Amino acid sequence: MQYSESRTRTLQWLTYASIGLFIISFLMIFFYVGPEQTQGEVQRIFYTHLGAFFGSFLLFIAAFIAGIQYLRTRQEKWDDLGLSAIEIGLGFSLINIVTGSIWARPIWNTWWTWDPRLTTVSIMWLAYAAYMMLRSGIEDPNRRRRFAAVYSILAFSSVFLTIIIIRIRPDTIHPVAAGPTSTSEGIEGDFAMSTRITETLLFTIFTYVVISITVLWHRIRLENRAKQIQSRKMKLLLNA
Amino acid sequence: MSATTTTSETTTPAAKPRRLRTPYFQVVASLAWKDLRAEARGRELVNAMLLFSVMAVLIFSFALELDRQAQEATVGGVLWVTIAFAGTLGLGRSLAAEKDKGSLDALLLAPVERSALFYGKMIGNFLFTLAVGFLLVFLLTVLFNVNLFRPVLWLIIVLGCLGFATTGTLVSSMSVHARAREMLLPILLLPVILPIIISATRASTALLTELKTEDWLPWLQLLGMVDFVFLLAGFFLFDFIVEE
Repeated sequence: MQYSESRTRTLQWLTYASIGLFIISFLMIFFYVGPEQTQGEVQRIFYTHLGAFFGSFLLFIAAFIAGIQYLRTRQEKWDDLGLSAIEIGLGFSLINIVTGSIWARPIWNTWWTWDPRLTTVSIMWLAYAAYMMLRSGIEDPNRRRRFAAVYSILAFSSVFLTIIIIRIRPDTIHPVAAGPTSTSEGIEGDFAMSTRITETLLFTIFTYVVISITVLWHRIRLENRAKQIQSRKMKLLLNA
Repeated sequence: MSATTTTSETTTPAAKPRRLRTPYFQVVASLAWKDLRAEARGRELVNAMLLFSVMAVLIFSFALELDRQAQEATVGGVLWVTIAFAGTLGLGRSLAAEKDKGSLDALLLAPVERSALFYGKMIGNFLFTLAVGFLLVFLLTVLFNVNLFRPVLWLIIVLGCLGFATTGTLVSSMSVHARAREMLLPILLLPVILPIIISATRASTALLTELKTEDWLPWLQLLGMVDFVFLLAGFFLFDFIVEE
């Protein structure tokens, strides 16, 4: 498969952009934004924490859409998209969980607690890990693609649950991120965000979104390359 | 089945294309009935599930020797963990037996709606899981000394088992095609049924610890909502799983 020149250039540009953005956001986290009022220096990890969550969230949505599209159109590219998105999404949500755990140690005084959102995020991770298991367990490639698409749709229910859990379980110690909050603030203290905090946060989220798109694109190309090599191998074996 | 075939044959074939399709609900009912009859004769599945759940509850009550208050707080969790594990045990067999004997292929050849097959199998699994659930109500009442004979709890059990069987039938119809299917089924199933288990456990625990209605009602509503979503998902997704 030959890629068009312009697309390759866009990808190159995106790669440089995500490296640049990452450095800038890193500098912003450490030098631009001051330590948070109640939490001090540890709060700086929060930007990475939320950024990685948004990255994985985006990738899992992509996998969900890819699953639906594969079942509708039966084009292999959707399956490649789904696989790539979930693989990278697993990485991002692992960053999310690990940074959250590091953050929780000084703030909640524990590495891990069965907070509702922690529970649903870890279940989400397990669901997508199970997706990888399912793929490796089925040999027939057509059936594998089909089942993977179905399972990625089912597994999305865990992503959905992660989003809505803080609405139905107000006892969570995670702050409500979207929509008006009915609960009083949790242990985190007042999240009255200063402008610098808001700016850094939005920038980091943007950075992680760009990074996840770039890595996804590279991963899809890798998948295509692997297939190309496979088909060449087959051709060679047939001719020999 | 025969009744509809004759009626469609009596109409003139030229005027109408012959329709061999059995009515939807008849397919569902006859498939579920078939599973029930097979089970009534062999009792392979239900016996294993019931025995497993008795053992699990005994282990739980042995491992968690609790005071009165702690028992009320844990009995909901014990109930749902046991239902989930015993149910997984049953699901693994239900479709595997169908596939190994080749009857799954025969069912798929039949000119009926695929989703009807899904609901038929689902009802069988649902009833077996429900049997486990109601056995557990007796068993836990005795062993944990907490009165589980409450209509609302039964409603929770019915809804929870319904969701479990729906998702379980869907997932196990995929896992039967995998290499290590007995191993794969729990791994695939447990993360997906978690919304059901969490909401059912929370609702049962809130109910048993005598909390107010507004403490368990949202969980019950969530449970109903999740059930509905998965029932619908089964309708749309089962076709894609079994098509060959």
